[in-house]
Amino acid sequence: MSSALLIEQALNGLQFGVMLFLMAAGLTLIFGVMGVINLAHGSLYMVGAFACAAVAAYTGSFWLGLVASLIAAAAAGAIVEITVIRRLYNRDHLDQVLATFALILIFSEGTRWVFGSFPLYLDIPKVLQGAISLPGGGQYQLYRLAIIGAGLIVAIGLYLLIAKTRLGMRIRAGESDREMIGALGVDIASLNTIVFALGAALAGLAGALVGALQSVQVGMGEPVLILAFVVIVIGGIGSIKGALAGAILVGVVDTMGRFLLPQLFALFMQPSQAATAGAAIASMLIYIVMAFILAVRPKGLFAVNA
Amino acid sequence: MKRIAAAALMAGLTFAGQAMAEPVKIGMITTLSGGGAGLGIDIRDGFLLAINESGNKDIKVIVEDDAQKPELAVQIADKMVQSEKVDILTGIVWSNLAMAVVPGVVGQGTFYLSTNAGPSALAGANCNPNYFNVAYQNDNLHEAMGNYANTANYKKTFILAPNYPAGTDALTGFKRFYKGALAGELYTKVGQTDYATEIAQIRASGADSVYFFLPGGMGIAFMKQYSQSGISTPVMGPGFSFDQDVLGAIGDAAIGVKNSSHWSKDLDNAANKKYVAAFKAEYKRLPSLYATQGYDTANLILSAVAKASVKDKDAFRAALKEAKFDSVRGKFKFGNNNHPIQDIYVREVIKEDGVLTNKIVATSFTDHQDAYAASCKM
Repeated sequence: MSSALLIEQALNGLQFGVMLFLMAAGLTLIFGVMGVINLAHGSLYMVGAFACAAVAAYTGSFWLGLVASLIAAAAAGAIVEITVIRRLYNRDHLDQVLATFALILIFSEGTRWVFGSFPLYLDIPKVLQGAISLPGGGQYQLYRLAIIGAGLIVAIGLYLLIAKTRLGMRIRAGESDREMIGALGVDIASLNTIVFALGAALAGLAGALVGALQSVQVGMGEPVLILAFVVIVIGGIGSIKGALAGAILVGVVDTMGRFLLPQLFALFMQPSQAATAGAAIASMLIYIVMAFILAVRPKGLFAVNA
Repeated sequence: MKRIAAAALMAGLTFAGQAMAEPVKIGMITTLSGGGAGLGIDIRDGFLLAINESGNKDIKVIVEDDAQKPELAVQIADKMVQSEKVDILTGIVWSNLAMAVVPGVVGQGTFYLSTNAGPSALAGANCNPNYFNVAYQNDNLHEAMGNYANTANYKKTFILAPNYPAGTDALTGFKRFYKGALAGELYTKVGQTDYATEIAQIRASGADSVYFFLPGGMGIAFMKQYSQSGISTPVMGPGFSFDQDVLGAIGDAAIGVKNSSHWSKDLDNAANKKYVAAFKAEYKRLPSLYATQGYDTANLILSAVAKASVKDKDAFRAALKEAKFDSVRGKFKFGNNNHPIQDIYVREVIKEDGVLTNKIVATSFTDHQDAYAASCKM
């Protein structure tokens, strides 16, 4: 096994983790501030991808599409918060799960109604096409490096927003004690809408960035949503720092597991069996890691209010 | 949605058929919602095109959406057989749904005609006289590509597929005919959309070619990422990964890729020319192989209906088995296990008038029969 391959796989893990972070950051903020389990977060990811693909196809510019994805997902998030989620703050988590699950169905079939059943085409922008050379002789896709960069910029931006601004202060206060900041005269309703729209915009951004790599189709958000939940549980629900650490951990563990486990099994099994068994264990690996972390730290790595 | 669609179809198809004494009732269970809906919609559209073209007023089609869920498909099948009393069931896209529905349905004496799924379990020892597969046995297209890899003189192919029965069947099918060595064999997660890990391994393996079976969105994602990775190793796949339903989403990255299929839009026969033109006129898009399988299935039923009453099961079964219809595949016949014996071609993805599509470049098999027919006692 060459070092070039190892470096490439490490970058793959990092890129996957950064993408998961964009999803998990919004999810964990929404849960932290409002106490809402938002299953429809994956639909907002899909909205971002479709908005980007549609605008990019119409205007020919990926960048305009990217802007459209942020706007569309944030708008969809704000509308969902005002019309549905707002009524659920004082309800049981089960009611929230039911309502946001219904939203998944509405978003999926609504998207199919507008865009049809066939996957849309979204290509990587011209300047980010192709691959660049890595030290050690390997090559790496430029666009994936750009995703890593974009994700890290978002992480820094979120940190500054939450640690340094008035809005961030209110978000932190909201996480600690909702009733108290309401009593102190902060407009909780609009704070909630802003947080929800922010989380939605991050999901939409992730959808648009990933849409250019994968396929833009109905139902693309749900598999990512499950992983995002794993990430926030590992990281500690409500913690942005935890979401970043959890996302990169999940990304690297999943990528390395898929890469190394079949090779490990091949040392003592038939190649064909090793491939099947290795793939099966690799797909369980992140859940095993999650179980282990929860056994040691039941509230996650960076628990809020621990 | 599905109820509206079904009601609209019923309304459209029954207005002229009410006066008929004994209509033939066909139940179609297919995937019209969720990620796999494109396939089911094509099957339905191809099927209904043939029924409408025939002008046969005795035929009534009921369409329902299975949402790609086996338990839902079983419920719909029960309802269609027990209360709707359909004579023929058809339409299922996915092998796992077919496995859940078909044995029960044919066991009750209802005919089932497969428009896509061809699991090996239904082709061998568990074959059934009431089960007809008008599409292919699952292994066939992969076998054809394995055979083609020998012709193309590939010696070191890297193969990958999702880790589920149709995925393992696919790679088994490929290996059944491929004579070279394997550069690697990978099983990925079902529904996986990021293939960076696998692509890195392909690059490191020194393979001279890649064969993959990744249906639907998985294949789109793989091809887009592969083309951007800087690897120039040629790719091969089954027709499913390069058909009309997904080519638009893959984009120009697909141009030049060789893939296997039992049908292509440029097959030179009168039935096919008429079909492609009619499909384009009706639906404003090019037909996929799924639409074609729906179209052929409907024409097979029409040919049998013309010869025998569907109530006379033995006569109708014999009429189906004869398969005397103008298949758009040019020639078509059933083997002993009611699975097709047909030619399988190698196609290349090209751009034609700004639209990505396929053209035939070689014939991999002539009159090819599946590997399980021998263990079927019919």
